[in-house]
Amino acid sequence: MALLDLDGEVVGRARALAARAAEPVITLARAHTTVAVERATLRLAGITGADTTHRAGDVPWVNRVVDTIREHCGLEHGAVLPAFHALREHDLGSLTELAEATAAGQVRFTVPTGKQAERAGRAARTAVAKGLRTVDRNRGQRDKLVARLGDPARRPWIYLIVATGDIDEDVVQACNAARAGADVIAVIRSTGQSLLDYVPEGATHHGFAGTYATQENFRIMRAALDEVSKEVGRYVRLTNYASGLCMPEIAVLAGLERLDMMLNDSMYGILFRDINPIRTFVDQRFSRQVHARAGIIINTGEDNYLTTADAVEAAHTVTVSQLLNERFAHEAGLPDELLGLGHAFEINPDLADSFRMELAHALLARELFPDAPLKWMPPTKHMTGDVFKGYLLDGFFNLVGALTGQGILLVGMMTEAVVTPFLSDRDLALANVRYVLNAAGNLHEDFRPAPDGFIVKRAHQVLGEAVDLLERICRDGLLTAIAEGTFGLMKRPPDAGKGADGVVEKADGYVNPASELLEAGQ
Amino acid sequence: MSQDKRYVRPYGDTTGDGMVQMSFTLPVPHGPRAEGAAQQLANKMGMDPAMVVHSHAIGADFTFVVVYGSVQHLVDLEQVRVVEREYPLLSPYEVNSELKESLGRKLVVVGACIGTDAHTVGIDAILNIKGFAGEKGLEYYRELKVINMGAQVSVPELVKRARTEKADAVLVSQVVTQRDAHILNTQEMSAAFREAMGDRRPTLVAGGPRFDPLMAGDLGVDRVFGRGTTPGEVASFLVHTVKKGVAA
Ligand code: B12
Repeated sequence: MALLDLDGEVVGRARALAARAAEPVITLARAHTTVAVERATLRLAGITGADTTHRAGDVPWVNRVVDTIREHCGLEHGAVLPAFHALREHDLGSLTELAEATAAGQVRFTVPTGKQAERAGRAARTAVAKGLRTVDRNRGQRDKLVARLGDPARRPWIYLIVATGDIDEDVVQACNAARAGADVIAVIRSTGQSLLDYVPEGATHHGFAGTYATQENFRIMRAALDEVSKEVGRYVRLTNYASGLCMPEIAVLAGLERLDMMLNDSMYGILFRDINPIRTFVDQRFSRQVHARAGIIINTGEDNYLTTADAVEAAHTVTVSQLLNERFAHEAGLPDELLGLGHAFEINPDLADSFRMELAHALLARELFPDAPLKWMPPTKHMTGDVFKGYLLDGFFNLVGALTGQGILLVGMMTEAVVTPFLSDRDLALANVRYVLNAAGNLHEDFRPAPDGFIVKRAHQVLGEAVDLLERICRDGLLTAIAEGTFGLMKRPPDAGKGADGVVEKADGYVNPASELLEAGQ
Repeated sequence: MSQDKRYVRPYGDTTGDGMVQMSFTLPVPHGPRAEGAAQQLANKMGMDPAMVVHSHAIGADFTFVVVYGSVQHLVDLEQVRVVEREYPLLSPYEVNSELKESLGRKLVVVGACIGTDAHTVGIDAILNIKGFAGEKGLEYYRELKVINMGAQVSVPELVKRARTEKADAVLVSQVVTQRDAHILNTQEMSAAFREAMGDRRPTLVAGGPRFDPLMAGDLGVDRVFGRGTTPGEVASFLVHTVKKGVAA
């Protein structure tokens, strides 16, 4: 039931403005490809493994191939035409053999034309379609497991992070967390992975403040959670990060290994990792198409803006970003039920009425996006070494979550400002969530903010400011707005940032069967 | 300092009772053995008597305990070692006039968060005009020229920039500490400046919430600032180095 009495016309205008603001960026994304999109495509076509003999350490075969194609004949026609043409020319059995031959310097890539191009395109399409069938099978398997084991008994789903740096240790912590009540396990990535222009290989044990996202780590954790799901009698979901320079490839690996949710924000990498804006928007579109196909819930990152900007002053930037994320997601084929739009409890707790404002912001998101499983993020910025105060703050955060019907609740840690969480921090945090959800029960049935009261007015004010900002963005362009520091106060010009050299404008004869099949939903 | 205040114990509700509380997890299944083990640990840590006031299972293999007890140890306040500020805290006006007088030009400050660390809020709190805790940041000071390189800056980039800007001081932030990343990165930075510039290197300052100001020597820097640092403290330190002639 709607509690804020939002004006339908204003809401409609906000959505229309967001669509208009997103349009030029979508056009840009369609007109370009990136090294990462091409690598993701070849991964779907079946390439795996790494060159263990390379002096730079394990370089994935897919990087060797795409880099060499780019060197020999450019990427503006896509990687599959030269790759599958070479496969035939050299009479090789698989893409991995092609990679080995490439590394040995035996392959000269060219862009085929005419009949040869048609033949290469057909072979590529068959290979990519096979990869997509694996993604489809995983989606079916998830549906089956959910039907058999069941979803969590209530909303919000309880989302917990593990981050030991060692996948084996992560498995222990994740299984314990699931037994203690976690519905979703997120394995946070190692510091610095976002800026690697390749996906590391194999099981890893030495991450910094997180564990590397690799296909093998994905597989190990999903298998462990499948076991523990049986034990706890509900399907425990697995989350990782499709972000950074390898966003599209990680999305593909998530689809191939049946991950269930992925962090996948349209601007996070730009703002918080200084990745080139164009690179991010191109990569993001492809990765979202993959997520749509795989039935993966995306999580967006609006909560982060409130760590660098003020949560009261910048509240409307969260709303604007949610609307943009929604638009980009819809355009890429994601339905509302896969949109874990983010927002957070980050208002300075010393402010009077901070809790009322948090309620207002949380309700606003809830009513603007009624069918999206919103992701409600705990306080981080105002957490300090005073862990006792932090525990109380997390309790109030949990109460907002219960009261405003959030879809996914990321469990706050009282040691947020101190360490990556101890086993006991997680356990205490889950006890906090359980107590609040249980004690509050169906309190939301009784909760009716006064029609002209503080909460309702605050929500209307934030929505109004969001519409004003969207009008400005439509006028100046989204890329300009990002360059001027509109989001999170981070200023990121469109021609700067990491990974810009990996962006390629598509030529007329560009071929990418993955994009074609994903766009067509086949 | 009066004699009776030289030695202290924690205070629960009576002077000298030595009462503390602590909590931890043992890799032992919940039960009397786990509580006994917690008791033993507390005793070994100098808590006697120690009371295990709560315990519960975390999964099948772990037990969380809360212990209250009285510690036997005494703290000798005369043996406490901390970095005490040996320079006066100046207002922005005083910083500007002191610099103008002793340097006759603007003092150049280059700041960055190095390595793969992407946390800029701390260094921005020190450098940006907006500042921190009600104090304006270094950019506000007329006699300081501030170059903020942002985050994820590599050591070679930093050295290069410091050289072209003729930096008097380089301010580096490190927030992520897992596997001692903050220590290793800062040592790499100070070694690089030493190698590139020798004695003519700029004043090196490291900051971040998990640094201990006592670590300056180990890190090879001139000063370390920990959590809660304000811009004024840093500006005052920079004036101090200029007056001491540390800065080139
Ligand atoms: C905001 C935040 C972020 C934001 C950063 C946005 C940005 N542009 O800065 C985002 C969301 C991007 C982020 C990302 C990550 N974060 Co973070 N983040 C925080 C958070 C919530 C607040 C930090 C903060 O802004 N504090 C406020 C500032 C003002 O305080 P400060 O940094 O201590 O600075 C003060 C002093 O230390 C000092 N100071 C600091 N630097 C300097 C430099 C100089 C020269 C001087 C003089 C003084 C000085 O002065 C400042 C003012 O007093 C903390 C948790 C917390 N509450 O502390 C986690 C935290 C720091 N993050 C953490 C982690 C692990 C990460 C990630 C690695 C997670 C991951 N695996 O992806 C990523 C980082 C990726 C990367 N490449 O670095 C951990 C670090 C654990 C550890 N000790 O190793 C923390 C503690 C959270 C946790 N418990 O897990 N994070």
